[in-house]
Amino acid sequence: MRRKISLKPITLFLLLITFVSYGKDEGEQGEHKTDKKTEVKEYIQHHLKDSYDFGLYSYTNDSGELKHVGFPLPVILWDNGLKIFSSSKFHHGEEVAEVGGSYYKVHHSKIYKVDGPNGEIIEDENHHALNEKPLDFSITKNVSLIILVFAMMFFMFSKMAKSYKKNNGVPTGMGRLLEPIVLYVRDEIARPNIGEKHYKRYMSYLLTVFFFVWIVNLFGLTPIGMNVTNNIAVTLCLALITYLITTFSGNKNYWKHIFWMPGVPWPMKIILAPIELLGTFIKPFALMIRLYANITAGHVVLMSIIGMIFLFQNWLGSGLSFLLAFVLAILELLVAALQAYIFTVLSALYFGMAVEEHDHEEGH
Amino acid sequence: MGKLFEDFSLGLFFWQAILFIALILLLKKFAWKPILDSVNEREEGIKNALDSAEKAKLEMQNLQADNQKLLKEARAERESMLKEARDIKNKMIEDAKGEAQDQANKMISQAQAAIESEKKAAMAELKNHVAGLSLEIAEKVVRTELSNKNKQLELVETMLGEKSLNEA
Repeated sequence: MRRKISLKPITLFLLLITFVSYGKDEGEQGEHKTDKKTEVKEYIQHHLKDSYDFGLYSYTNDSGELKHVGFPLPVILWDNGLKIFSSSKFHHGEEVAEVGGSYYKVHHSKIYKVDGPNGEIIEDENHHALNEKPLDFSITKNVSLIILVFAMMFFMFSKMAKSYKKNNGVPTGMGRLLEPIVLYVRDEIARPNIGEKHYKRYMSYLLTVFFFVWIVNLFGLTPIGMNVTNNIAVTLCLALITYLITTFSGNKNYWKHIFWMPGVPWPMKIILAPIELLGTFIKPFALMIRLYANITAGHVVLMSIIGMIFLFQNWLGSGLSFLLAFVLAILELLVAALQAYIFTVLSALYFGMAVEEHDHEEGH
Repeated sequence: MGKLFEDFSLGLFFWQAILFIALILLLKKFAWKPILDSVNEREEGIKNALDSAEKAKLEMQNLQADNQKLLKEARAERESMLKEARDIKNKMIEDAKGEAQDQANKMISQAQAAIESEKKAAMAELKNHVAGLSLEIAEKVVRTELSNKNKQLELVETMLGEKSLNEA
């Protein structure tokens, strides 16, 4: 029965259900609105952060104990040697983990080294932990989603490629759905922005980044509650790759336009050079911030409005909040695709600038 | 800004970089290249098919035009051949007529010449004959006259008289 209905409402429904369970805890625990407010706020902050275990949801049982449902993930540290252990040792950040004679504790979703089994995190006046931080290569919740998306995309697209081979260039199944999108990226993003001559070289990156960002953004809207793209590390990585590809594919003309802008008087050239050079860094930086900020803002607003449902505690307010959350969730679906599109288009645009051949400039 | 740096997770960056680059390379080899190649091939195939259809259409048109041209040429040739034949016929008739005329003229002139010579021969013969006859007659007359002296004289008289008349 359910399968016939489109997936989106179900996703939303599940999303709301998840928060309903949280809301109930609060209703039973705190009587004051301010308590609830801080709890919602804390929850949102927690949601925006990475975590070391794959928590699906948590609840408080009858005896007042907070229970977490989920599974632990491997923690990989480099601290005088490689240390790998299960995140269950932290007991959801409540306990100190002892591994090979060293003690670690999770503080604000980061692992710090502490002195002993009862070691504490020492904070300065700005609430910055002063403890030593080991090099952390853990498979966190976000990394696990990246791995999941990696596997999903590889499975999806290699299957699609195989279906082409089997059917003499005509896609079947998944390929039929994905082909128009692939062709859209090629014909509407790569070709017009990079140019007919060079676009083929960048197709792999553009397609991968488009689908990766899109799928990851969509996962962020599911009740599993992972949002890879609201980590600056992820968007930095993507923007950095765009920057590196742009820089390494820049032709003579590209560099000439940066360091010795043709067609302007020479004092202007000297002024323009550092500005243009700075521009090459600002462009990918803007890419990084745009994706990060859009997804983070979307999540914060959406979750705040969902939180409002539990703060109002009357039919009218909660109902309106629900409606608003519903509309916003749909908007977020659009934003998920839009941000992937914008990232890809701008990357293509930068590649296009790098390989552009200014034949017309010779006439100046 | 400070919060951004604080939130930055090296581990996440590390995994994202490794996994994402691996994903690009893997998909490039196993997905994008074969997919885009087949799509290109298919598009190329469609384009070629359309092109060849267009070409066939053009060829067809050319062929039709050629046929038309050939037909026209054949018609023109036939026309000219007919005209030539007619001309030849006329010329032959003309020639034949001329020749016949010539021949006829020649024959006529020959005949005339022959007639002329025949006439001349006949005239000569006639003259000779007349002369012979005249001589015979004259001989006979002379003989008779000589047998009769008077009559001879009379004759001489008459002849002389005629002569004088002739001279007058």
